Amino acid sequence: MASKLRILVPVKRVIDYAVKPRVNKAQTAVETTGVKHSMNPFDELSIEEAVRFRERKYPVEDILAFSAGPAKSQDILRTAMAMGADRGLHVVEEKTELEPLGVAKVLQKVVEEEGRNLVILGKQSIDDDANQTGQMLAGLLGWSQATQASKVDIEGDSVTVTREVDGGVETLKAKLPMIITTDLRLNEPRYASLPNIMKAKKKPLQKKSMADYAVDTGKRLKTVKVAEPPARQGGGKVEDVGGLIGRLKELGAL
Amino acid sequence: MTPPLRNGLLRQASTCLRQQRTTPVLRASRNATLQRLLSTLAILEQREGKLNMSSLASISAAQKLSGPIHGFVAGSNVKAVAEEASKVEGLEKVIYVENGDYDRGLPENYAPLLVENIKKGGYTHVFAGHSAFGKNLMPRVSALLDVQQISDITSIESEDTFIRPIYAGNALLTVQSEDSPKLITIRGTAFPAGAAEGGSASIEEGTDPKASCPTEWISEDLAKSDRPDLATAEKVVSGGRGLKSKEEFDRLMPPLADALGAAIGASRAAVDSGFADNSLQVGQTGKNVAPQLYLCAGISGAIQHLAGMKDSKVIAAINKDEDAPIFQVADVGLVGDLFEKVPELTEKLNAAK
Repeated sequence: MASKLRILVPVKRVIDYAVKPRVNKAQTAVETTGVKHSMNPFDELSIEEAVRFRERKYPVEDILAFSAGPAKSQDILRTAMAMGADRGLHVVEEKTELEPLGVAKVLQKVVEEEGRNLVILGKQSIDDDANQTGQMLAGLLGWSQATQASKVDIEGDSVTVTREVDGGVETLKAKLPMIITTDLRLNEPRYASLPNIMKAKKKPLQKKSMADYAVDTGKRLKTVKVAEPPARQGGGKVEDVGGLIGRLKELGAL
Repeated sequence: MTPPLRNGLLRQASTCLRQQRTTPVLRASRNATLQRLLSTLAILEQREGKLNMSSLASISAAQKLSGPIHGFVAGSNVKAVAEEASKVEGLEKVIYVENGDYDRGLPENYAPLLVENIKKGGYTHVFAGHSAFGKNLMPRVSALLDVQQISDITSIESEDTFIRPIYAGNALLTVQSEDSPKLITIRGTAFPAGAAEGGSASIEEGTDPKASCPTEWISEDLAKSDRPDLATAEKVVSGGRGLKSKEEFDRLMPPLADALGAAIGASRAAVDSGFADNSLQVGQTGKNVAPQLYLCAGISGAIQHLAGMKDSKVIAAINKDEDAPIFQVADVGLVGDLFEKVPELTEKLNAAK
């Protein structure tokens, strides 16, 4: 008898991908006040994949969307539910910027408390670009992991994942429970429709605090400085292909 | 019992207590006089008995720190790889584990393997490339060791302070770590691989915990190409959405790449539209490249793309939109229809050979 899929999808609220981030004057962080935020694009892929499992008639019992962060993270949990997640869990944390290891420890608790057997995460968040949380969670739980997935098929307890590697793809097979992280080609996330946005407002959203999990999420890393990268200046334009070749020779590139 | 003896015993007991309370590793890393106690394990990649040259960047990065550097390699028939690695400049020792179970680099058993060997060697730093292998493996090792990994560093300021790009390279974070060991993945283009010859490291067999791996490797499908590897190529030509279709991409880009002896890259837009394979993607979520020449056509220059190529020495761009942001970073720009300009460029380069 195949397991029912009890899916956990962690999502993160980040500065919108189309906004150019600016470093603050004190050089301590990237300016986030008054800046448009949205769901980390890779997390949209995770939600979409979970919803498609249900549409493909996989035995999905429920899809739980999770976020740890400030009160406003609620917005992206509502988005996740409008896309098709059944309920939300928000661990409210206003002060501390959580590090991947801390998040992974909280997620481990959530997995245990909520009896999850599949966790789908974005491969990285586009703010910190760390690419760690999924792998760390897999390590803490001792589960199989398939990162950077571009295709997932489930048959009974057996999960086949095609993943992006340097120079191509590789295919892995594992049994539930497992961790999957998503890559760009996996799917195209849907836009939440207005009726679904309205429905999502009525879906259950549970609030918790870090204290409820009693895990060590203290910061291990200290931010010394955040700086703008050195600007690169364009070198002007040439008239034609001959000019292009000539200039590249001058620059020693040919 | 005389008082002096009792005092002596008490003193001895309290000394024991004090020793148990201290955390010597952390203190030592802070103490400049003990800097020589640093040691680094550099994780090397191998494939079918061949050392992956781009993984040698871990060694050049480790050379920025004081202290010995050991290389690590695991897989079947890996002793030959260890011997090859022993010639790499900068290594004191190469540790190898001969076991075919590690050939595919699956983190489920490779992570416990590393944990054992890191503990045995007592390293203060563990470096691996921020490659598909390193990204997949190192966070799992970090979790098992309860340390917060630092990903994709581009500079080493001191033994505990590192610089890494965040927000697609729109900001540079200087970060300090008190963890021990420090687990770090490094951006290969920021630490050019040193000489593969000239070293004479010793070779030693590592410990093998033989952890089971619940994940089964089924198959792989790698793009076959005689062209240079994208991540390490000296020249890269890259195509974007402006190519309009896979047919046009395949018609225009490979001849240009061949005329220059370049690797082929693509923008995310081109990959998403199916013009090019995902493994060719240059940018925040794809590959980071820093060649001598980056020549792109039909790429407007979204910040996510610039993140992956702006460290190139010379950037050249062909685009029909004269206001495209790519021209703000290009050392040389040509405004024009790429369907005319690219074949003309290919032809002129071939004629000049």
